[in-house]
Amino acid sequence: MAPVNITIDGRKLQAQAGQTVYEAAAAAGIEIPILCHHPALPPEGACRVCVVEIEKQRNLQTACTYPVAEGMVISTRSPRVMEARKFALELIVSDHPLDCMTCEATGDCRLQDLAYEYQVRDDVFAGGRQHSWPIDDPNPFIQVDRNKCILCRRCVRACDYINGVEAISIVHRGFDATIAFGMDSTMEDSPCEFCGSCVEVCPVAALWPKQSIGKGRAYQLKQVETVCSYCGVGCKVILHVKDNEIVKVTGADGAANHGFTCVKGRFGYDYVNHADRLRKPLMRRYLVEGGAKPALHQPNNGNGRGEYSRAANPAAEWVEVSWEQALDTVATRLAQTKEAHGGDAFAALCSARCTNEENYLMMKLARQVMQTHNIDHCARL
Amino acid sequence: MTNTFEDIAQQAKLLFIIGSNTTEQHPIFGMQLRQAVKQRGVPLIVADPRRIPITQFATIHLRHRPGTDTALLNGLMNVLVTEDLYDKEFVAARTEGFEELRDRLAEYTPEYVQEITGVPAEKIRQAARLMAATKPGALMYAMGITQHTSGVGNVMSCANLQMLLGNLGVPGGGVNPLRGQSNVQGACDMGGLPNVYSGYQSIALEASHKKFEAAWGAVPPADKPGLTVVEMMNAAEQGKVRAMYIFGENPMLSDPDINHVRHCLEALDFLVVQDIFMTETAQLADVVLPGASFAEKEGTFTNSERRVQPLRRALDPLGESRPDWEILAEIGARTLALTGQAKAAAEAPHGGWEYLNPAEVLDEIAALTPSYAGIRHGRLAHAPKGLQWPCPGEDHPGTPILHVGKFARGLGKLTPVDWLPPPELPDAEYPLLLTTGRVLWHYHTGTQTRRSGGLSAIAPEGYIEMHAEDAARLDVTTDDMVEVKSRRGQVNVKVEITEKVQPGVVFMTFHFAESAANLLTNASALDPVAKIPGFKVSAVRVTKLSPDGAPAGVCESC
Repeated sequence: MAPVNITIDGRKLQAQAGQTVYEAAAAAGIEIPILCHHPALPPEGACRVCVVEIEKQRNLQTACTYPVAEGMVISTRSPRVMEARKFALELIVSDHPLDCMTCEATGDCRLQDLAYEYQVRDDVFAGGRQHSWPIDDPNPFIQVDRNKCILCRRCVRACDYINGVEAISIVHRGFDATIAFGMDSTMEDSPCEFCGSCVEVCPVAALWPKQSIGKGRAYQLKQVETVCSYCGVGCKVILHVKDNEIVKVTGADGAANHGFTCVKGRFGYDYVNHADRLRKPLMRRYLVEGGAKPALHQPNNGNGRGEYSRAANPAAEWVEVSWEQALDTVATRLAQTKEAHGGDAFAALCSARCTNEENYLMMKLARQVMQTHNIDHCARL
Repeated sequence: MTNTFEDIAQQAKLLFIIGSNTTEQHPIFGMQLRQAVKQRGVPLIVADPRRIPITQFATIHLRHRPGTDTALLNGLMNVLVTEDLYDKEFVAARTEGFEELRDRLAEYTPEYVQEITGVPAEKIRQAARLMAATKPGALMYAMGITQHTSGVGNVMSCANLQMLLGNLGVPGGGVNPLRGQSNVQGACDMGGLPNVYSGYQSIALEASHKKFEAAWGAVPPADKPGLTVVEMMNAAEQGKVRAMYIFGENPMLSDPDINHVRHCLEALDFLVVQDIFMTETAQLADVVLPGASFAEKEGTFTNSERRVQPLRRALDPLGESRPDWEILAEIGARTLALTGQAKAAAEAPHGGWEYLNPAEVLDEIAALTPSYAGIRHGRLAHAPKGLQWPCPGEDHPGTPILHVGKFARGLGKLTPVDWLPPPELPDAEYPLLLTTGRVLWHYHTGTQTRRSGGLSAIAPEGYIEMHAEDAARLDVTTDDMVEVKSRRGQVNVKVEITEKVQPGVVFMTFHFAESAANLLTNASALDPVAKIPGFKVSAVRVTKLSPDGAPAGVCESC
């Protein structure tokens, strides 16, 4: 692309033809506030918070939509610009609940940050109409609070340009305009796949993960970037952690996923702290107390349905043991197997859900220690 | 994958998905493919027996019968050759074996392929012409190609097609298997396979045998590969395998013919299972070791694109559970000592089991594995995009696209593959064809997702997809309970009438233990090379159940 010479706030810069004023400024490290705009989405120009003054232009222009041109001279913080931004924010706040004290997004809200920065007062349009939508949508993942929606259409664009199912749109016009799912129905009744990209980009708490409600403010959470535990796409995700528990998952900017993730990656994390998790090594009583291995299970009335029950043999009961005892028992049994029957009497399955390092160690255990090539995993399954 | 998600999504001029329910099983890549269609107008060809969600975005949906993939691919290639549409330059410069392939393809005229697959001949021609006219094109496949007794032949056919089209070694092209689990690529890369050490170094190759023998102090003989998963089970039943160590896997739901698997695992003298939950498999163990979840440990995962990325510890392991690498290192050291091998191992440069952290393990992997030689934890910490193997040195940037300019073996081998019918097809006794798969909301055996509140709420139970024609004949409607029976076992499950499946075909997932599709599937017939079972094709009979669960008109106790 051809270089274009522009001036922003007195700084002479070279931008690329085709860039917007916002993109050119961002590339030069000059911050223009955005609210409806999101770098991963096509520009909308809905909120007018990013307005800038451009010489020889009668009106202020939205930086997120306006393309740079040769010789353009731009002011991002002139008094006229600052006044216009404040006015735009006052209009938005006039129909936005001021419940920041109990709002989930406090500390992680674009509108809150901008209202503070531009010293917006809440009484400029006092007495005007305010919305009173019932909160929620009957789905397990996403809380919908239309009272907090600022109609920035980030969610509409994310559903169209990130996911592609177009489950979200704006219905009605003017003061009645609101986001809607499918044919103005529930999320579950729409093409929604609950990828949560809409939640990811929502600048306020209009769309919020239900599992995270009451679990901690953004500034109370530790953020750890890692890789999702599900499919082989390898999305990078951020685990938001409080008190040794994952309370939220968001997308990170990985090469495979560029900041977004799917329903399993975003909402399917609660298994990690599930009550069913194994917390102690377990051994059958016969191993602890000596004796022969009992039958572990017996088929139910032989109906072949794959149902089976615990054999009522006390020797087969589980006993919690120390790590020391468990590790020694396993090592002893493996060594005995090898001595008595040779290494090929041992077989190992490694794990498509564990790390490279762990799989390597299992491979080394089979081949070096047990002297067998009997190692495989579910890649075939 | 030979290519990356990004170059496919942004540079492919055509997308061909065969045997991959991409938007449900690899949702983020599925979204990127949808965007390629929506934003760039890229034509999409989907070959799938089911009307999977992404077919809504397809230019052409080739709806072939389950188990006829090779015939369909041969048909497409027949058109390319007959109509002189293949990439002659690529075939001449980069491949060998064209004449044999051409001769074998002659038989697979679109009309003959129509008879086998049920896809109209004209549609096959249309798809082949579109592929030839629109390049580069990327081919994506998943278990719909591999989980057949002809799985290896199916994969070779995919490679044949892309070579005839000249779609290899270029951005936006490639043969791209989408891997189903977070680190199934890594588990393979690390030599978690019976015939190779890490980095696919063959056990039979003298150089790799000697290398690992020198590194560890001892290795098993080079002349006999180990057992694959289904073979292990059979060996356990026969008393040849006496002890097993299973970690992070649940064959009691994921393997074919579960009744058989249980029988085999119960025949073992000793079974140790290391997992985070008491899985169906752990319930058969003698010792259960509590491992750590992905959030509780460090290490690396390798994604479908061969991209190695670091896992970071966010939580302390729950209760007394421990990171799996620690447990394995303990077992390794103790067993080594008990078998009298500790001294020999201590004298070998990588024979020991004392690791301070996973970074040290990766250092050992790098030292012994040429394709991972340049991949270290320290480097990954400063590589936001991870590193794609082959990465043969610490100054090597990694390899996003394979086979650029030259194939690993030199010339690309075009291998003629004949279509063989699946070993078990519907007959008078078992008149319906059962194919299996997954849904968006659940992952593999459900060990994780069925313990997730939201995912379980949205998809609480299994079902069998059935076409309205079959449902009418069986006098069942959506939500009726039916008994599904095969030669291996039977399950009771709810019906969902849908146009996703064709008449004569039914579909189930294997996520749900209480209606486990793998009680029905067939373990006796495997692909001769890869030993993969044919999960995608088995014959079943469906019977309506009365509301109390008894087969309608049949007394359960008789």
